[in-house]
Amino acid sequence: MALSLPFFQRAFMAGLLIAISSGLLGVFVVQRRLSFLGDGLAHAAFGGMGIGAFVIVSSGLVGSGLALLENPIWIAVPFSVLAALAIALLRNRTDLSSDTAIGVAFAVSVALGVMFFSLIPPDANLGVSVMDLLFGSILGVRAVDLVVIVVTTALAAVVLGAVWGKLAYATFDDELARADGVDSGGLELLLFLLAAVVIAVSSVVVGVILMAAYLVIPAASARLVASNLAQMTVLSVVFGVAATVAGLLLSFLLNVPSGSTIVLVQAALFVIAALVGRGATARRPAA
Amino acid sequence: MFSKLAQPGRDAFAQPGRGAVSGLPVLHVHDVTVRFSDATVLEDVSFDLEAGCFLAVVGPNGGGKSTLIKVALGLVRPQSGHAALFGEAAGARPERVGYVPQLKTFDRTFPATALELVVTGLRRSWPARIRRAERERGVAALEQVGASQLERRPLARLSGGELQRVYLARALVRVPELVLLDEPAAGVDFLAEHDLHDLLEAYQEHTAALGRKATVVMITHDMSAARYHADKVLVLNRRLMAFGPPDEVLADEELRAAFGHRHHEHAVAP
Repeated sequence: MALSLPFFQRAFMAGLLIAISSGLLGVFVVQRRLSFLGDGLAHAAFGGMGIGAFVIVSSGLVGSGLALLENPIWIAVPFSVLAALAIALLRNRTDLSSDTAIGVAFAVSVALGVMFFSLIPPDANLGVSVMDLLFGSILGVRAVDLVVIVVTTALAAVVLGAVWGKLAYATFDDELARADGVDSGGLELLLFLLAAVVIAVSSVVVGVILMAAYLVIPAASARLVASNLAQMTVLSVVFGVAATVAGLLLSFLLNVPSGSTIVLVQAALFVIAALVGRGATARRPAA
Repeated sequence: MFSKLAQPGRDAFAQPGRGAVSGLPVLHVHDVTVRFSDATVLEDVSFDLEAGCFLAVVGPNGGGKSTLIKVALGLVRPQSGHAALFGEAAGARPERVGYVPQLKTFDRTFPATALELVVTGLRRSWPARIRRAERERGVAALEQVGASQLERRPLARLSGGELQRVYLARALVRVPELVLLDEPAAGVDFLAEHDLHDLLEAYQEHTAALGRKATVVMITHDMSAARYHADKVLVLNRRLMAFGPPDEVLADEELRAAFGHRHHEHAVAP
């Protein structure tokens, strides 16, 4: 049975934890129309890894025991945090919309990643391939990765649990919340920074390309059937967890890539939620 | 009419004297100037508003009326001058203020019921779960504004008038000492403006019976309503043009003409 294999157990645990942290964050990302943020910050992590890999190779650290690319998280996280700060700064100090600010960070990060990876000699042994970074390798999760994911998920759960009510209020109506003494600017920055950490850590596992799916699809599915934000939050996590469990098992049985199978199961759940939500709307009496 | 709102011992208003500084105006605005980019929106505006007053703020669009409310709420910081509520800095005591924002196109994708929005007025955060006491007070507030049937209705399915009643219930549920309304009747036909004035006057009477009459500040375009209901009228067009009893402020035909006043009948309750 697949679950008796240690690498599958780690993949299972990593997937579940990422589903929880992404599901909690995704509710606010979707309701604030920041769906592009997941893509932007995940690609920022890719840019960070490119710079880090080049620095390591050019300084001769490969094979020295300090090879950071054995754990690319340590490079991806600070670079994503910097990108999140840059996006927040562009949003607040200029007339640019979120999508534009994220688009700028996205493009610059990918360009940096491609540029610096291309400067690395082809014979340099980084211990990780660019394809792994782009598409993830959830079945290759190591014990140390799992520890980082546990810590990140706990951080996301504790922080979002503490500020959920205020953050939800500011998400509903920023001005109304501020009139009631809520520091909506501070909460938005906190959301961006938390998203940067969760996305960077998770994208190393599920891949830069698929990370946005984890953040957006379960929350969007939950929105289609939930009648309030608390319900949406719970369903977002449940859908993410269900898609991870089903996706991993299916990928094992069908011998197909895990990351893409998880995303396709998420998409299937989204379609079901859309049909159920449409049916519920049709049954509701007119206002 | 508002008897169900008062919760003696539970809210600040039901305990006259708590947090108040005797003799101070409820709203003190001193030499306030606000600029956005190159445009001056408010210039050297000063006035004091005493407790229990019903103030109508009138003036042309773009005259700074909404900005004045936002300065009072602490949402906009003036470039010069200052505003104080209850003797403290604007924004320092949000729990004593009920705010009804301008009815705007809000995010209709936000999953929420009318009662949840009303409960934000009690909690000042979004409720994940509504407690029994909060539900009772929220439902009572919806009843007072004639919207008890909306309790479980998704916000996305409310009409403009229904939504405005819910926002009003949200503002009044905490039994505030000061109610600030930013053009609450603009574009709303369901909630007739005289209904709104009757509700606000009933609320003031209710709070007067509790020991301290609430103060109401309302931005309106309806001059005859301002004349009939308000204790004072403030005319604003970037600068403070006039401030005083309606008969004095609105008597000047030229001033009324300058602000686009047109006569129309106002429903008067028997």
